[in-house]
Amino acid sequence: MLNTLLTYLSYPFVRYALIVGVLIALCSSLLGVTLVLKRFSFIGDGLSHVAFGAMAIAAVLNMTNRMLIVLPITVVCAVLLLRTGQNSKIKGDAAIAMISVGALAFGYLLMSMFSTSANLSGDVCGALFGSTSILTLTKTEVWLCLILSAAVLLLFTLFYHRIFDVTFDENFSRAAGTHVEAANLMIAVITAVIIVLAMNLVGSLLISALIIFPALSAMRIFRSFLSVTLCAAVVSVTCAFLGIIISILAGTPVGSTVVAVDVAAFALCALIGDMRYKI
Amino acid sequence: MPQIICENASLGYEGRPIVKDLNFTVNAGDYLCILGENGSGKSTLMKTILNLTPPLAGSIRMEGLKPTEIGYLPQQTQVQRDFPASVQEIVRSGFQGRCGLRPFYTREEKALADRNLERIGMEGFAKRSYRELSGGQQQRVLLARALCATQKCLLLDEPVSGLDPKATAQMYEIISGLHREGITVIMISHDLSAALDDATHVLHIGERIFFGTREEYLHSGVGFQPRKED
Repeated sequence: MLNTLLTYLSYPFVRYALIVGVLIALCSSLLGVTLVLKRFSFIGDGLSHVAFGAMAIAAVLNMTNRMLIVLPITVVCAVLLLRTGQNSKIKGDAAIAMISVGALAFGYLLMSMFSTSANLSGDVCGALFGSTSILTLTKTEVWLCLILSAAVLLLFTLFYHRIFDVTFDENFSRAAGTHVEAANLMIAVITAVIIVLAMNLVGSLLISALIIFPALSAMRIFRSFLSVTLCAAVVSVTCAFLGIIISILAGTPVGSTVVAVDVAAFALCALIGDMRYKI
Repeated sequence: MPQIICENASLGYEGRPIVKDLNFTVNAGDYLCILGENGSGKSTLMKTILNLTPPLAGSIRMEGLKPTEIGYLPQQTQVQRDFPASVQEIVRSGFQGRCGLRPFYTREEKALADRNLERIGMEGFAKRSYRELSGGQQQRVLLARALCATQKCLLLDEPVSGLDPKATAQMYEIISGLHREGITVIMISHDLSAALDDATHVLHIGERIFFGTREEYLHSGVGFQPRKED
């Protein structure tokens, strides 16, 4: 088995997949802690459906670099969702549900009406559940992913305390003169970037899992924000790594394998957390 | 020395006034208790003092004090009660107002945060998890955070709501201790008896507005009066 693994690792596309997968897992888990605590879990889900719709537009337009259209649309929707979530006639959760199913329906409609591909259901299934696209990454896509991940990591480190502040207590932050709206905007934009990156790995329906599971797992065991954040990152990276390896060896779909490993990790962490409480 | 001067202010939101013609002055070192029924405009007044909503008319001025230099103790939200954070992380976040874009806290700030924990009698709790503390302890941690944001003035929004009698008494004792140290205290409360024990001034808002010292309030007949036998 080790030999098979080593053979696979000698292929550059497998190495690319591992690098990109691990980076995406790292970024999504960092933001996940904040999103879960701010009760924003579903924004991730809503945005991923938007990204699917945008992907459909890109597919219909036959664009070579789909990121160019998917990224801006998702970022704009992230900003809109955050705005409507705060004060409007349609309340936050309803707005998210509306945008997400709307985008899903339009995405599928566009793809079925205008798609030139012979294998429509395969395309749709790939976009929703993650296809082999993680194994067919080009060098440009790997670089793009590296740069965006580095930017996310840098922003997160620089604004770590501000992110904590607005997550824990927006009212106090506002009174202390922190620009809460700007911070929320930054969180939403980074979330959108991560979701677009993660589409390659797990597909749009499974992205939320990548965002929320590591955070929830870490919260079962640890009790401070820093330790939860670090633990979520470690859990997420480990799960992504194991998931990709398992899927290569067992020939299972990458996205759902990674998510399955995340679920298993959550069960394990919940168990450890319970035992720690009892002792 | 006046710190906060409110002149003929009308407060409200979306152009609808809730309180009209409000006049009061808070001097450095005062302990002002703001009383009023639900919906009487207490929280709007608080937001106006913090410079988060402008008054509809009139003015609220500060002298020698910026709105961001007021140590604010907001009411707890549901999210916070089981938030995974250590006491230390929360207390230090009181410095966010003076950090600006500086990403990390300085050594002095960290030491000051520890001192503020001592001031509220919670030294030794720095590494403990916030969500495992009792309601009274959580409230004291948030008070320590407010102290990190200010050296001059505290604004407390219902600081004892939801606390048991023992924790309530302890909280009031800590607050009057801080007041004796020379910090201005502005407290919004439902709890009349506490107001009358510790406060130096009372502002009652509602249908009738009253502002004056504690003694004047007791003889004014505004609002509810403590029973004679108390």
